[in-house]
Formats: sequence, structure tokens, C-alpha cells
Amino acid sequence: MAVDYAALKKGGFMRQRQKDNFSLRLKVVGGNLTAEQLITIANISKKYGDGHVHLTSRQGVEIPFIKLADIDAVKSELLDGGVFVGVCGPKVRTVTACQGGEICPSGCIDTHPLALLISERYFGKELPHKFKFGVTGCMNNCLKAEENDVGVKGCFVVNWESELCSMCGVCLKVCRPGAIKIKEDRLELDGAKCDNCGRCVKSCPADAWKGESGYMLSFGGTFGNMISKGNSVLPIIKDRDTLFRVADAAVDYFSKYAKPGERFRVTIDREGWDGFTAALERAYGNA
Amino acid sequence: MVLPPRSSERTAMREYDIDETADITDVVCPVTFVKARVALDEMEDGRVLSIRMNDGEPVQNVPRSIKEDGHKILKLIDNGDGTYSLIVRKVGE
Repeated sequence: MAVDYAALKKGGFMRQRQKDNFSLRLKVVGGNLTAEQLITIANISKKYGDGHVHLTSRQGVEIPFIKLADIDAVKSELLDGGVFVGVCGPKVRTVTACQGGEICPSGCIDTHPLALLISERYFGKELPHKFKFGVTGCMNNCLKAEENDVGVKGCFVVNWESELCSMCGVCLKVCRPGAIKIKEDRLELDGAKCDNCGRCVKSCPADAWKGESGYMLSFGGTFGNMISKGNSVLPIIKDRDTLFRVADAAVDYFSKYAKPGERFRVTIDREGWDGFTAALERAYGNA
Repeated sequence: MVLPPRSSERTAMREYDIDETADITDVVCPVTFVKARVALDEMEDGRVLSIRMNDGEPVQNVPRSIKEDGHKILKLIDNGDGTYSLIVRKVGE
């Protein structure tokens, strides 16, 4: 019987140069694996592969040199060890994330729980072409939000509470865009200059700067054959419901307007950013 | 070489009753924070440290690290010579 390589690829088995050998792509969300999962992966690699694994550019793990004949056994043993097979082909791919606010002092949002929710909602969804989500916790952008079809970047919408302020002067220096100025005995924030990085909040010794977590979304990023930075076309989103309404709208738009085998960016460029933005704005406003 | 305190630093020292000083202008991240932390570790609770640091990356990042360690920042003083003095009260465990 002929081997259905396309089906194997969709299921995460990437054909190798070496005949009947596959590099098995695993499902990893936000780059996190438990020690138990790692042990399972290591054992499978030793038993069925050649004893090494590859860490992919999108925080995934592949186990190379899996033999065609062993595919079913490998799948079942991985499942027993709590490890799931990834996907390839025209689908929503691995959701990437930095460590975020749960671990990283710079984080403005908890990236991992959000990455899990995004993954639960979209991972493996069939679309006209591959589709990537990435979640980065702050303006440092370690996870490179704008190179994803939909990028999520954590930020703070900041507010100064005068009665708590000791006028120590730290925020004036930590604010990189220079959005904070002293005017007599008050601080003034220039909203047009503020980039919502939240450094004032993180640094303020008196907790006089308050930060409300928000999400900045970018759309149409791609960093492969074609290189384009995702664009932010919406105001900062402050709740997950709105985030998912907007993400749904983006995915639906791609589903509806893309030609088969066409990346999201190409679709938006062809159909026009105005129409796309209008579709997102409708979702954004439909609270 | 340790420079004598400038007038702005001397004023601050009087105002904040500074007990110790540390100069981290001769090191770069992450040693800036390490050096400041060592100075704080050697002090008793409630004592006040003045940390002299360079403009740019140190003054943007060291205050946050000091805050995250639980110490109390009292003031950031522009020394007018490309350095800043961060006045910190040590807060113990």
C-alpha cells in the first residue's frame, strides 16, 4: 500500500531525506514540558530514534529517525507518557510563548495560561495555509510577537496616583520614551509618547504608578520565505473575551478570503488592510 | 579611583542621612546589581546606602532590581556628570 506522506506530515511526521525515516514533531505549548514528558521523549528517542532530539525554531521538539514501521507504537508510547504529537501542513501551528509574568520580572501578562487557551481553541485547525500564534509578555519582545500571523504582546496601561508618590524621580529615568515629566509637584504622562512598557510600574518604589495589563495584537507577520512584520491596527485590548473575539475574526477572515496555500499577510495585502481592519474593529467593539 | 562626592551628592547625604556609599560606575550589567546587592547585604536593617551609577542601562534597571529585592528606594539624584545616585534604605528579610 502506498504511504500517504501528506497525511503523515499533517500528523507531525516529517519525512526525512533518509528513506522511511521520519522526524516526529511533538506538541509543545509555549515551550513548556514537564520533566516526566522529557523522560518519555528521551526514552522514545533512544528506543525508536537515534538517541537525539531537535529543538525547533518554534519551541517544539522533534524526534528524528523514527521508522515508518514504528509509527503506531511510538504514538501510543508517547501518549502513555503524556506527550502529544504536533502538526504540520495548512493548520494552526504550535503556539509559542515566553515565560511571562508568572516567572519573568519583566512580564506584564501571564503568557503561558493564555498560550494554553489559544492552543485549546485553535491548535490544529485546518486553514488555507499554516497559521502561527505567538505570545510575548512585554515590550522586550523575547518571543518576537510581530513575526507571527497573530502576535500577542503584553503591556501595561499606566496611571499615576499622586497621593502615593514620593517624587523620588526613578520613573523619569526608567521611562525610555521620556513620556513622564515633572510639572511643579506633579508628574505628567504624555500619552502619545507612552509605549505602555510598564517600566514605571515595575520600578516605582512607592507603587504610585499602577498598571492595568493589556494585550497589543499584531497581524500578518511572517518570517520565512516572505518577511513581513505584523501590524497593530487595534487599540490595546484589556480582556481575554475581546482578545478571542478579535482572534476569531482574524482566523475567520483568513479562512474566508485566503487562496489555498497563501499566507495571511498575502491575503490581507491583496484584500486590503482597510477592510481587514474594519472586520477586526467590528469584533473588537462587539462586547 | 574613588572621586569625592559632588555637591549634589553631599546635599543628598545630609538630607537622607546616608550611612554607606557604593560606586557601580566601573562595572556593567549584571555586575552592577550584584555589586549594589553585596553592599546592601553587608548593611544592617534601616541603614541608608547611596549607590552611584551611570546613566543609561544601569539607571533604568538597577532601581527595579533593588525594589524587587524588597529594599526601599528614597530618591534618585541626578549628579549632573552623567551619573546618578540612588538612595536606598535597607529592608531585611
